[in-house]
Amino acid sequence: MEALVNQLPIGLSIGAVLLLVALGLTFTFGQMGVINMAHGEFIMAGAYTAFLLQDLLLALPAAFLVAGLMGLILERAAIRHFYGRPLDTLLLTWGVSLVLQQLARDLFGAPNVQVAAPPWLTGAIGILPYNRLFILALAVAGVVAVWAYLGHTRQGRRTQAVVQNRQLAATSGIDTGRVDMLTFFIGSGLAGVAGVALTLIGPVGPALGTYYIVDAFLVVVAGGLGQLRGAVLAAAGLGLLNSYAEFWSDASLAKVIVFAAVIAFLQVRPQGMFVLRSRALT
Amino acid sequence: MIRKHLPFATIAVLALVAAPLLLEPFRLSLLAKYLCYAIVALGIGLAWGQGGMLTLGQGVFFGLGGYSMAMYLKLAEGGGLPDFMVWSGVEELPALWTPFANPVFALGMAVLGPVAIAVVLGTLVFRQRVRGAYFAILTQALAAAMVILLVGQQGLTGGTNGMTNFFDLFGADLAADSTQRGLYLVVAGVLGVLYLATRQLVNSRFGRLLVAVRDGEDRVRFLGYNPATVKTVTFAASAGMAGLAGALFVPVVGIISPALLGVVPSLELVVAVAVGGRHALAGAVLGAVLMGYAKTAFSEQFADGWLYLQGALFILVMTLAPKGIAGILGRWRSARAT
Repeated sequence: MEALVNQLPIGLSIGAVLLLVALGLTFTFGQMGVINMAHGEFIMAGAYTAFLLQDLLLALPAAFLVAGLMGLILERAAIRHFYGRPLDTLLLTWGVSLVLQQLARDLFGAPNVQVAAPPWLTGAIGILPYNRLFILALAVAGVVAVWAYLGHTRQGRRTQAVVQNRQLAATSGIDTGRVDMLTFFIGSGLAGVAGVALTLIGPVGPALGTYYIVDAFLVVVAGGLGQLRGAVLAAAGLGLLNSYAEFWSDASLAKVIVFAAVIAFLQVRPQGMFVLRSRALT
Repeated sequence: MIRKHLPFATIAVLALVAAPLLLEPFRLSLLAKYLCYAIVALGIGLAWGQGGMLTLGQGVFFGLGGYSMAMYLKLAEGGGLPDFMVWSGVEELPALWTPFANPVFALGMAVLGPVAIAVVLGTLVFRQRVRGAYFAILTQALAAAMVILLVGQQGLTGGTNGMTNFFDLFGADLAADSTQRGLYLVVAGVLGVLYLATRQLVNSRFGRLLVAVRDGEDRVRFLGYNPATVKTVTFAASAGMAGLAGALFVPVVGIISPALLGVVPSLELVVAVAVGGRHALAGAVLGAVLMGYAKTAFSEQFADGWLYLQGALFILVMTLAPKGIAGILGRWRSARAT
């Protein structure tokens, strides 16, 4: 019973990491239907930004800008020519991700590097260290910011309009190209922020993003495309499931259990927890 | 009639007669390795090119086939426990391993194991109309989970190192040139037969239905067919091919490890199919052989450059020639005809 309670905060903190990583994806994958395999490399770029600056609070906005600009360039240069061909985008962005990984290896070297955690993050409340709490707080802040942006700003509402019906939004005078650009900028920027957060719990290496990207996609699939509340619930759920599965079986079986759980969940809700209702057929 | 089969016959003669005579043993066994990948690519071409199911987890099926074969080879050596089990402190043979001492069972599992998994996964996923990008992501997650499982169960699977040091196959010395030449002929023969069978399937009524499902799943459903069945059967066939390829790969290359079947190797084969041309089965095969060759050639020269080249090639193919080499050839041929 005690173990059951102890696993809870661990699970939630895994969930928070997943949520931070998946938050950017709810933008690019969820809103625009673009499977960006280079998202993991934007996370890596954010982490290396933190490594270069070695200052957590400065790194957060800097990483947002760096990763966001990388996303913006990728969208303008390549992805915008691929709208409506999601599977091709997946392969294209994977090519980009390979190049970026090798670039990181050439720039920073193949071995992992460390980012020193600021002194005010050492310590713990109970079994939860401050750095995990910081990530949890960052995830909450990220969700609130995204929610506020989408629901309560002019540009955010335009984004929602484009998601719901691109043609109609364009006819109503919304510059959809601009919306796409901005959405991609924010989504990629959030990946950068997630990268900074990841430096608090582990070393930074060229393959950092690849460890998280698959799980993050599962979060978006289970939560429902472009659904903020779905992403939050799915991240928490998958995080908890991961920690309990690891506790009861072992780390290697946990991933298989999580995968089976997602498949089982899709039997009940094939389109994820929350679905954007539409009358479109496919 | 003769004209139609001429290209295939020429390539078959080249592959079965000329290559074993002209290539030195080392190159021949490399070619055998590429042909193993080509079998997987053929399956991807069927599932993705014809059926529109982008499967990013073929490595899982390839690995299941490979591990089945490797388990048999390890047990056939005799001399008690496989070496890696002794190293990781396992004292008696796990129950999972015992039936693999039988070659028929091992080969059967190499094909039927992947087919069974594909049928279960396909039924569950396609029946719920989960498709496109969702399906791609799920297969990729399967590949990721599989690697973690294989690495974690060290005593059963050999962990990160996988299994290697195989010495003989059905009594023949695996290191001998004659065995490797024989294996090459088997691989090339299997690829040829599977290619013809797949082409037959694609040209059949079922193949037309498959393309229809790719291009308009709902319309096919309204016509009274069940797209889920069509897709599941196709996915299972491609999984079986990958499994068989894995089983052939192990004696040819002499190793199977998680690094050969994870997310990246699975994607690399999809890349190869895209480069060769996803809508043509021959394109898929060609792509796998070319990319395999390019990888060896470039890794020998400059190890780091390969990732740049592969990434760049991929971006270029996707932007400029989404139909791959086969698409370019097709355009060239139709331009010449007019």
